[in-house]
Amino acid sequence: MSSNTDFLLAIEGLTVSFDGFKAIEGLNFYMDESELRVVIGPNGAGKTTLLDLICGKTKATEGSIKFRGKELTQLREHRIVWEGVGRKFQNPSIYEGLSVFDNLEASYPEGRSVFGALAFKRDEQVVQRIHNVAREIQLEDRLDMEAGLLSHGQKQWLEIGMLLIQEPELLMLDEPVAGMSASERQETATLLKRISQGRSVIVIEHDMEFVAALGGKVTVLHQGKILAEGDIETVKQNKHVIDVYLGH
Amino acid sequence: MTLINRLFTGRHASLGGIALLALILIVVMPMALDLYRLNLAGRYLTYAFVALGLVLCWGYGGILSLGQGIFFGVGGYAMAMFLKLEASDPESTSIQTTPGIPDFMDWNRITELPWFWVPFESLTFTILAVLTLPAAFAFVIGYAMFKRRVSGVYFAIITQALAVVLTILIVGQQGYTGGINGITDLRTLKGWDIRDDSSQYLLYYLNAVLLIGCVLIGRWVLSSKYGRILTALRDREDRVRFSGYDVANFKIFIFCLAAFMSGIGGAMFTLQVGFMSPSFVGIVPSIEFVIFAAVGGRLSLLGGVYGALLVSYAKTLFAEAYPQLWQVMIGTVFILVVLILPYGLASVVDRYWPLLRSRLPLARRSSASSSSTTESRP
Repeated sequence: MSSNTDFLLAIEGLTVSFDGFKAIEGLNFYMDESELRVVIGPNGAGKTTLLDLICGKTKATEGSIKFRGKELTQLREHRIVWEGVGRKFQNPSIYEGLSVFDNLEASYPEGRSVFGALAFKRDEQVVQRIHNVAREIQLEDRLDMEAGLLSHGQKQWLEIGMLLIQEPELLMLDEPVAGMSASERQETATLLKRISQGRSVIVIEHDMEFVAALGGKVTVLHQGKILAEGDIETVKQNKHVIDVYLGH
Repeated sequence: MTLINRLFTGRHASLGGIALLALILIVVMPMALDLYRLNLAGRYLTYAFVALGLVLCWGYGGILSLGQGIFFGVGGYAMAMFLKLEASDPESTSIQTTPGIPDFMDWNRITELPWFWVPFESLTFTILAVLTLPAAFAFVIGYAMFKRRVSGVYFAIITQALAVVLTILIVGQQGYTGGINGITDLRTLKGWDIRDDSSQYLLYYLNAVLLIGCVLIGRWVLSSKYGRILTALRDREDRVRFSGYDVANFKIFIFCLAAFMSGIGGAMFTLQVGFMSPSFVGIVPSIEFVIFAAVGGRLSLLGGVYGALLVSYAKTLFAEAYPQLWQVMIGTVFILVVLILPYGLASVVDRYWPLLRSRLPLARRSSASSSSTTESRP
């Protein structure tokens, strides 16, 4: 327990139990700065629950989650965001009725209190930042469009953009390419690799090709525990992983 | 000043629409209606304050409160207590066992003014109470509910229950509140007769100006980043929460603002009608307020005002002719609006006004600023 401040994220002995069912059991999980980590595993392995626990959506039964040495399990959801943890949900979770610009502005990390939001000024700096992020997610020419009219892939990118604008140090993405076309997957892989420069990213994914395209260390979860960890080739060779997840 | 600019550029309730409302309220209605009907309209307009609050907290914030009568009542009772104390000077109450206290207290064998009535001898205190007490009540309710993540139908039911509780309390504590009859026989405000013709006009105008002020406040709030976050959290609460916002605080604020407006409406009601009673606090008025907002358009500030005027006027017309049928009719109207026009009359105006304008011979098609009386749904 002594050296866990060296990690960006250090999860130790994490357990969550839903009416006796342990979705995550005694999990230890460490991440370095600027690391891209992919979490894979069969359905019900606890992948989404792990993200829920980190971002505070679900409260841990036992164990600790330390982010830059700060305990997250005691913080409320919005405070965890303030610490620098961003979370993308599995289904694109954007504000369909607002424009792309407004969506990005709604995540801009200023004016987060009631009175701050009332007095918030859309100055040059804000507009500039929104344009920069929109360029990164290839939506700069859609800023005035109603977000609900975007394609599925563009909605996923928009949500990623909404996280980027907060400049999180840890970005957590739950199946970011689900429902995307092959070319969209390719572009998303490029985007993720680019944005993982200078920040840590956790990606939950099923698609092994996409996992390979991302590179980075892979953690395999099974029944709430870590089954294997390592680079993609090692994991693919692992007998347990083949048995419970990849198949023969 | 961006904050001031925002007031004039926001897309929520165009300035043209607000100017038209001001024209109707301040010029057209006083000219077209006799004093009796104008006073009636003034009374309907006090409900519009509540409808406005509901447009903000229900339409934009997704918080359906079935207990807005509470705040209308708190504002109304605060004003009524002051007026009653003024009407109960020792001289005019000399036939009572205890002169100088309100008549209903004397009938209930209370011999001393209760402590919570004492500060209402001051007009300053009363005005402060009207402006702050409803919001303070809303803060307590909102804090208790929203911090615990009570929302949706549960919140609606709890607010409705609270409205019942307050009604029962008022009716049960007859000696302190005037009971089921309410607080009646209100005549003067600082010696100024509130029932004569000129003061009826003055109160009507004051009411109209305050109402337009509230529309402007609502418009200002909605066109801020707060307004966009409010809409966002109505549709995707989790996304807002995980973007770093304390969602509960955002809900508490809009609920308090709605209560603040309702309280002003209640106080203006007492002043114009001359009494306040529990029948404006409980379930029935609270649901009627929601119907005003729904019929007018729950996403339209101006729609809320017109909704309150039209439905109340219809109520007066029909309830006089068919008293038993009225409840059934208003229920039917509500169901029809929800089914056919979920965004109320405002959505009809929205759809047909641009069409109509382009067909008018004098159409100014180039004018980019839409002068529709309502805003499009977000």
